[in-house]
Amino acid sequence: MTGYQSGLLVILCFNVIAAYAVYLPMAAGQLNLGVAGFMATGAYAAAYLTNEAGWSIGAAVPAGGACAGLLALLVAVPILRTQGIYLALATFALGQVIAAIFLNLDVVGGAAGYPVSAYAGPGAVFAATAAILAAMLLLSRTRFALYLTAIKSDPVVTDLMGVNVRAVQVGALTLGAVIGGLGGGLYGHHFSFVEAQHFNVALSIFTVLYVLLGGVQTVWGPLVGGAFFTLLPEVLRAGGGWRYVLFALLIIGVMALRPQGLVTAGAHWRPRRRAASRAPSRTSGHPGPETRLSTEVSGS
Amino acid sequence: MIAQQLVNGLMLGAIYVLVAVSFTLSIGILNFLNFSIPGLFMVGGMVTWILIGKGLHWGLAILGAVAAAGLVALAVERLSYRRSQAREPEVPLVSSLGFLVLLENLALVGAGSDQQAFPALVPDFNLRIGGLVVGGAQLVSLAVALTLVVAISVVLSRTSLGRQVRSIAESRETAVILGIDVGRLVPGIFILSAVFTALGGVLFALNYLQVSPFMGEGVGFKGVAAMILGGMGSIWGAVAGGLLIGLTEVLSITYLGADVVNVTVYGLLLAVMVLRPQGLFGRPPAREKL
Repeated sequence: MTGYQSGLLVILCFNVIAAYAVYLPMAAGQLNLGVAGFMATGAYAAAYLTNEAGWSIGAAVPAGGACAGLLALLVAVPILRTQGIYLALATFALGQVIAAIFLNLDVVGGAAGYPVSAYAGPGAVFAATAAILAAMLLLSRTRFALYLTAIKSDPVVTDLMGVNVRAVQVGALTLGAVIGGLGGGLYGHHFSFVEAQHFNVALSIFTVLYVLLGGVQTVWGPLVGGAFFTLLPEVLRAGGGWRYVLFALLIIGVMALRPQGLVTAGAHWRPRRRAASRAPSRTSGHPGPETRLSTEVSGS
Repeated sequence: MIAQQLVNGLMLGAIYVLVAVSFTLSIGILNFLNFSIPGLFMVGGMVTWILIGKGLHWGLAILGAVAAAGLVALAVERLSYRRSQAREPEVPLVSSLGFLVLLENLALVGAGSDQQAFPALVPDFNLRIGGLVVGGAQLVSLAVALTLVVAISVVLSRTSLGRQVRSIAESRETAVILGIDVGRLVPGIFILSAVFTALGGVLFALNYLQVSPFMGEGVGFKGVAAMILGGMGSIWGAVAGGLLIGLTEVLSITYLGADVVNVTVYGLLLAVMVLRPQGLFGRPPAREKL
């Protein structure tokens, strides 16, 4: 593997980790526009622990993830009082504030950035990404994933069925933040440098873009979306300055033709879905999975 | 000194007001967080600069820029909004973001990434009131912003057209049943919000005498903040939010330093969202309507 290839794969890994951080709350219908803030928290916390406290990378990166999770837990309770687009915009504000605070925190170098002494090689990044991916696949087989889908489809009905909607939402946001923090911690240790400017709005928003482009119906969506976003600009490199223009046109085109994302729930779910579609359909504006299936069949 | 900073803050706020009103029209009426708006802001400034560079009269150049932004907004309506109406609100957000990337990179290919000097169109005169100094470009910004906002607010609240638009915000289905031509009004709303944004971009260029492919991002995101602060879907809320963000920004630069601007501006936003999620002038969050 050449340096270019492994470098590209490492970036792919970071993008995929960030995508799963956004995916978890999104699976419950919560749009997180502030994932960069959680990543920054993880990155700075982990870097501080290896630099100043002499922790090993193996201990510091999970601790960074835990810090990001703790922060999410603290803010989730007041933020989740807001709903829908308000929640998304509250996370947007939160991400901005976190990044701006780190930019002004002199303990970690402020605007000059924060060099990290310990180094995590590409192998460690690949292994961590594989572990996160495996954990997400395991999670997708649990009742928790089912709760997330149920809340996304209809929070009121889910509540009536006895699911603690609020707790599941807080859990999803927190778990997503932990993953984001892990990704941030790894990022800092791989590139041996953390700077607050990297964790800006654009990073948060583009990560949301990976996830929505990949699709949130299955656990594979973020992986495909992240890969699409990382690899396609490289494929388009021949286009020179025009490559991001082409790339943007592809995003618009894909979303116009497949608004549900690239990956949708696969064939092995179909029998159950058919059974579901015989049930009386809901009258709410948001189509559930069963109505989505029927629009797919009719080729829209 | 503080009075002068207040004046500067209000003038900067005037530009945020235009962007915030544009966001609020899109989200209040169509429930669409239109992330192509920062791109339209840039189109307003950059296209004006390009056309003036081609030797056009500045009035025609501004008109051309606004028309270009309107055309882009129509494309956004067709390709982002219309294609994904009945689905989750996040989906058009992605493809409108695609338009932002597209516009920025087209400008990048066309004009390079450098800041470009924008000609001083407003004669360099200063109005002195007591000890206060108000620049000509600042006055023009405030006047244009206030005129546009008053006009849109009167149209929305007093005219039949405004009633139709408000009925779409209330319930799209009911509006269709009552015979309102939603298919024609919605593109109109997109064009309207493009006009506001593009003029904001022109005013920004007039005030700061520079344009660049990425000029829309910082202002655009502060515009979102202003819209939320005032209350989504409320025109006068967007005005209050824009002015408040402008004031906060200028005052924190003066008294706390330029580095902490994002802490104060977005911290204020976060505090408002936690204490009063519907914003200062918005209705309770159960309904995200105009």
